[in-house]
Amino acid sequence: MSELKQVRLSLPATAEDIATLEPGTIVFLDGVVYTAREGVYQKVIAERKPLPIKLDGLSNVNFHCSPAASRNDDGSFNVGGVTATASFRFSKWMQDWLELTGTRIVIGKGGMPRDDYKNILAPMGAVYLTTVGYGTGALLGRGITKVRDVFWLDELGIAQAMWLFEVENFGPFIVDSDLKGNSLFATHGDQINKGLGALYKGLKAPALRRYGETDNREDEVL
Amino acid sequence: MIAIDRFDEAAFAIMQQAAIDIPEDYRLGIRSMVDGETQDLSSFVLKTMLDNWEAASGDRRPMCADTGLPRYYIKVGNDASIEGGFVALERALRHATARATQEVPLRPNRVHPLWRTDSNNNVGINAPEVEWSFEPNVDWVDVTTVHKGGLFGTDYRMLFPGDGIDGIKRFYLDTLVAFGKRGLCCQPAIIGVGLGGSKDTCMQLGKQAACLRTVGDRNPDSKIADLELELKDMANNIGMGPMGFVGSSMAVDCHIEVGYTHTGGMPISVHTFCLSSRRATARVHADGKIEYRTDPRWFTPYMRRDTVDWSAS
Repeated sequence: MSELKQVRLSLPATAEDIATLEPGTIVFLDGVVYTAREGVYQKVIAERKPLPIKLDGLSNVNFHCSPAASRNDDGSFNVGGVTATASFRFSKWMQDWLELTGTRIVIGKGGMPRDDYKNILAPMGAVYLTTVGYGTGALLGRGITKVRDVFWLDELGIAQAMWLFEVENFGPFIVDSDLKGNSLFATHGDQINKGLGALYKGLKAPALRRYGETDNREDEVL
Repeated sequence: MIAIDRFDEAAFAIMQQAAIDIPEDYRLGIRSMVDGETQDLSSFVLKTMLDNWEAASGDRRPMCADTGLPRYYIKVGNDASIEGGFVALERALRHATARATQEVPLRPNRVHPLWRTDSNNNVGINAPEVEWSFEPNVDWVDVTTVHKGGLFGTDYRMLFPGDGIDGIKRFYLDTLVAFGKRGLCCQPAIIGVGLGGSKDTCMQLGKQAACLRTVGDRNPDSKIADLELELKDMANNIGMGPMGFVGSSMAVDCHIEVGYTHTGGMPISVHTFCLSSRRATARVHADGKIEYRTDPRWFTPYMRRDTVDWSAS
């Protein structure tokens, strides 16, 4: 096995640093990352609630995740680990969110729908990093040095609240997309699709079809 | 009579163990896949998972922060007696879930499906699920917890006898390719296939096949065992590895469970138990002694019986 390229990024990430990221590179992060997923997007974008904190200059990294965390009696938090959740579900909010917050790195599970890289992320100078596995919750938990803040905890619950984590050597992540809109998931998906026809060859279709069913093997469920 | 506090202790301990320590059969399965994986990225992912499990066990932190949907499978010996009865046992299981959520900690995943209210303890209406089975001629109670992911990698379809093994293979491929792309089902997985029964039994059997049997275990029916191995190989020949990258690692194993079904039908379900295959079992003996293990031993000959009567021989 050849060695995969590894880089360490200080956050907030600069435009120059982001421009150098290539799909397939392994990344570790130092600085502040924040979590936001459907609960937060709904509040800020759909309900137009103001952001609870100015992210500009603090963090430009949105992690689609929730922590395994609990509140201690003294009000501090015990964060065991963090694991990403599938990002494609948040596609409809991404354009507005990137514009509103200046976020330039999106981290999550499984990447975005193919068109989003070219139409939303790349034009905004943003890239997508994917978590590994998925589920390196313990390794990522080690990288969190402090809970800097948490917002809407009572309203949204631990899983949906907006968390700000101070992180050190936080990773590993894999670069999925670059500023040209290329995506690792897309290129690997294309390669795998080429072999799928042979796999199904000779297997006759079932008698009862499902409404809306397709035999296009290039389709995705997202 | 088994004192109820033994169940408080056992249920909490297995919640913790399941969340933190990867079962050895699954770990060894993945480790052997690393050697067979020739693709850089797929190989990197598998090695990182091995590192992650080591970090989890070393730090006593959950291996994956998505707790999935923690649930229980209980096997009650026919001669067992529980202080306070089954209602007390169900109460102990709900308490252990809430306590583990706070103390491990686990992510409070369980919310109301409509109002999205989260009581931050993984307990709610019909949560955690508790499934019951029985075992003749013994006086222990086995308590198993499984924390299976809850969003991707499961599907059901009504096939017909005429669709044959082709139909089974096709639907199996459909499900794995659909959810394997981008790694939505967090493969390589233990794949469970349910065949037959009614729709709900079919789902139940497939899920239990994925979550309650260990890597390397084979169905006692030799023809079904052969099909398990064939389907396992088929998954690993899709050309897909972890995260949907090019590779050869989709299935650590494949388990099939069957149930007698409608004469006109052949329902199938496919389930994937992910890279954080979280399961742990405690056997609570009549004298209160507790033994812990990672093999649930759920599918006993009694569970798979096809006769009217059961003789204890």
